[in-house]
Amino acid sequence: MRLLEVENISKSYGGIKALQLCTMNFTEGAINGLIGPNGSGKTTLFNVITGYEQPDSGSVRFRGKDITSATPDEVFAAGIGRTFQLTRIFPRLTVLENVHIGAQRPGLLSQMRSWSTADERERAIESLDFVGLTRLSREPAGSLSYGQQKLLEFAFIMVARPKVMLLDEPAGGVNPSLLKHLGGRIKELNKEGVTFIIVEHDMEFVMELCDQVSVMHQGSALREGTPAEVRNDPAVLEAYLGTDMTEAK
Amino acid sequence: MLIAQAVLEGVLVGGFYALMAAGLTLVFGVMDIVNFAIGALIVLGAYLSYTVNVHLHLDPFVSLFITTPIMTVLGFAIYWFLIKPIKTDRVVMSLLTMFAVATLIEGVLDLTFNSGLVQIHASYINNSLKIGGLNFPLIYVLSFLLSAFLLAMLFLVTYRTKFGRSLRASMQNPVAARLVGINTDKVSGITLAIGIGMAAVGGMIFGTTNAFNAASSYDLISRLLVIVILGGFGSVGGALVSAIFMLVVQDVVSVVWSPVWGSTTFYVILIVVLLVRPQGLFGKKGVRAQ
Amino acid sequence: MSTQLATNTPAAPPSYEIPKIARFGSLGVVAILMVAFPVVFSNPTVTTIGVFAMIYLVSVTGWNIFSGYSGYIALGHAVFFGIGQYATAMLASYWNITPGWQTFLLIPVSMVLAGIAAVPIGFMLLRVRKHTFIVLTIALMFIFQLFAYNFRSWTGGSQGLEMTPPSWSGDIFNMPFYYVGLGLSVIALLTSWVVRRSKFGLGLLAIRDDEDRARSLGIKTTQTKLIAFVISAVFLGAAGALYAPFVGSVYPQFSFDPAFDLSLAVMAFTGGLGTLLGPSVGALVIASAQQYFLLTFGGANVFLIVYGVLFILILRLLPGGVVPALSMQWQHHVVRRERRKLESEPQQEGVAKQ
Repeated sequence: MRLLEVENISKSYGGIKALQLCTMNFTEGAINGLIGPNGSGKTTLFNVITGYEQPDSGSVRFRGKDITSATPDEVFAAGIGRTFQLTRIFPRLTVLENVHIGAQRPGLLSQMRSWSTADERERAIESLDFVGLTRLSREPAGSLSYGQQKLLEFAFIMVARPKVMLLDEPAGGVNPSLLKHLGGRIKELNKEGVTFIIVEHDMEFVMELCDQVSVMHQGSALREGTPAEVRNDPAVLEAYLGTDMTEAK
Repeated sequence: MLIAQAVLEGVLVGGFYALMAAGLTLVFGVMDIVNFAIGALIVLGAYLSYTVNVHLHLDPFVSLFITTPIMTVLGFAIYWFLIKPIKTDRVVMSLLTMFAVATLIEGVLDLTFNSGLVQIHASYINNSLKIGGLNFPLIYVLSFLLSAFLLAMLFLVTYRTKFGRSLRASMQNPVAARLVGINTDKVSGITLAIGIGMAAVGGMIFGTTNAFNAASSYDLISRLLVIVILGGFGSVGGALVSAIFMLVVQDVVSVVWSPVWGSTTFYVILIVVLLVRPQGLFGKKGVRAQ
Repeated sequence: MSTQLATNTPAAPPSYEIPKIARFGSLGVVAILMVAFPVVFSNPTVTTIGVFAMIYLVSVTGWNIFSGYSGYIALGHAVFFGIGQYATAMLASYWNITPGWQTFLLIPVSMVLAGIAAVPIGFMLLRVRKHTFIVLTIALMFIFQLFAYNFRSWTGGSQGLEMTPPSWSGDIFNMPFYYVGLGLSVIALLTSWVVRRSKFGLGLLAIRDDEDRARSLGIKTTQTKLIAFVISAVFLGAAGALYAPFVGSVYPQFSFDPAFDLSLAVMAFTGGLGTLLGPSVGALVIASAQQYFLLTFGGANVFLIVYGVLFILILRLLPGGVVPALSMQWQHHVVRRERRKLESEPQQEGVAKQ
């Protein structure tokens, strides 16, 4: 049984076929890259997996359980965390409070009224420490720079110890040194057993970081393989119409 | 027969509510704001027509030539000074601002005119046409025709003019509209100005068909809001259907049961619809957004 | 194991918090003043203002627990204020309660009734989007007003209901009401504090910032909002239960009064919506001013004008409220003080760069 199985997902909006019989094979325990030209359906696929959208047909299975019609909070509780292209954090709460939200164990009604437990607080601080934002714990999250907000989003997803983390364009708009830091954090977390699926346009970032790369084109999977295999694949180059791919070495 | 008469009156009066509700929902669709002040503005329009009628002895329909420009300018001013500067959380902040404006207007009107009920008079107010055994009160018929005419104009402007195209574009996607050079601020300002200018007409109609005072705004706004919620925020067609429907039901219930239950049905229908279909009859079922 | 991000902030940022002594000290002073108030200012006119101030204090604090923390501005909470009033008046006559101290026993009963009513109401209202919610709360209030006018056999219709006033002598009449109100306010503030610091409160604040994101992270948003809604309704019911015996009569237009909702919003916003103490400050100041003006000048329409203008100004100029603005001023003061300190100590550890 594979960790995450995405089979024959189709999704249309009116006349536009965002996803067509899309089947993906993500390698468990690896850092998977998900690339493809604009409009190939990458973000839509993420939305379907995490329950923000319902597919017209097809199924998503996580650890054998069907999560196709699960809501976002159910997907999160099951163990799949997701970040967004435009960071969605809680701007008026402090950085520490932001992370606390992810640290809560959902479900128990009594939890709702009590103070946060020591265990949760510890995990929240640990998370912040891991991404390097401890110094900013008491700042309102809205005052962070864009890159720092991305790290924060990363922290409050990871604090729930998901088995899979879906990162939607984590490199977008981030400066090189912070990007390197983020890449380091991803590798570190991956060593601890978290599977990653990263949607990205930044080819250098993908090639350097990912063990496996899947390419999407026009709503379905085109190629899968190691970065080296995918980089030189003629079909992939054609799909990109010779833009980013031929420029990368 | 009595029921047929009630249905007729429901339709005729519904025309007025349809016009006002259309303006309200259009403003929401374009600008994402709930013009909560519309009730107070209609009463303002009524008082303006009343004043013109009493002091200048002009026919109420003629008075519109004075009151409508005044209110249209007021509408634009409200947009420019109070709505445009709102940067965050537009929907909630503009709703609260308009709530404040409504209160302000009501206070001013109550202070200026006191709480005695007044009504705009014209010599033909009490005439009515008798067609096919049904009574068509003249003032209702004229008001309905005026409302229908304005709604038709609204439709023409929205679907057949360049401004209308800009308006629809702003409704569908304000960011994209700005990218193609549409001045969404101007479009919004003009839309609100139109909505409030129409309130001048609505005020005249309301003022001739009802005895009113400043506090009448509450009843108006609560009904209009119910109509718009029922029709779905942003749907002009929904507002039209829902206005006529609600007024007909109210009038029929008033006649069959009692006027008190007529008003109550208004709200009961709201509750039922909310339980079954929270987005209204024609509203879009969106993800619960900010 | 962890790598810290290099940031440009200095090693130890100055503490922006107002020193604990000043904070607790000023709270202590305020508390003492409030307890001593009716004894010091024994003029009944003044203490009447005090009683109304307490009633509004309870109401606004309770309202803030829901609307302030969750961001769902409810403009129809007059419903629960009215339920509190009617319940107290009806039960007082039904159970033949002796006017006086016994009437205060009805306060917890009204609180429970208001809370129970809030469950189905909240459940229905919280299913829609924020702007529709706000509009619906207003519609709800009109519905209740209509019921109050029309269910005449219960509510007395437009004649309203009467409550026999207690037989306390004129000069100390207001004092029990004041102290009960003060007690309720303390309970409300404590509840607000507990909520604010709890995980439940954190959930509410997250909902305020980004409800969908909060939901996706596992916060049970409907449940959280509903509980806050019920808590706020309970306090409004309490306020109504204090108001009815004090004023002595319950009428539909004053029990379910849009002006009441407006004043709640104005007081909370002016003080600082969503903060712990802001709304209370707003309530104390504005309610006292309101009562003073009502007693001196009368005339409800001037109120509407003043509130309307005040609200517009606050929304436009200081939407965060006065208390947070003052706290920002304090932060700026601290920053300026620290900067002056740095500038007056030249070449210390090479901290200052060009």
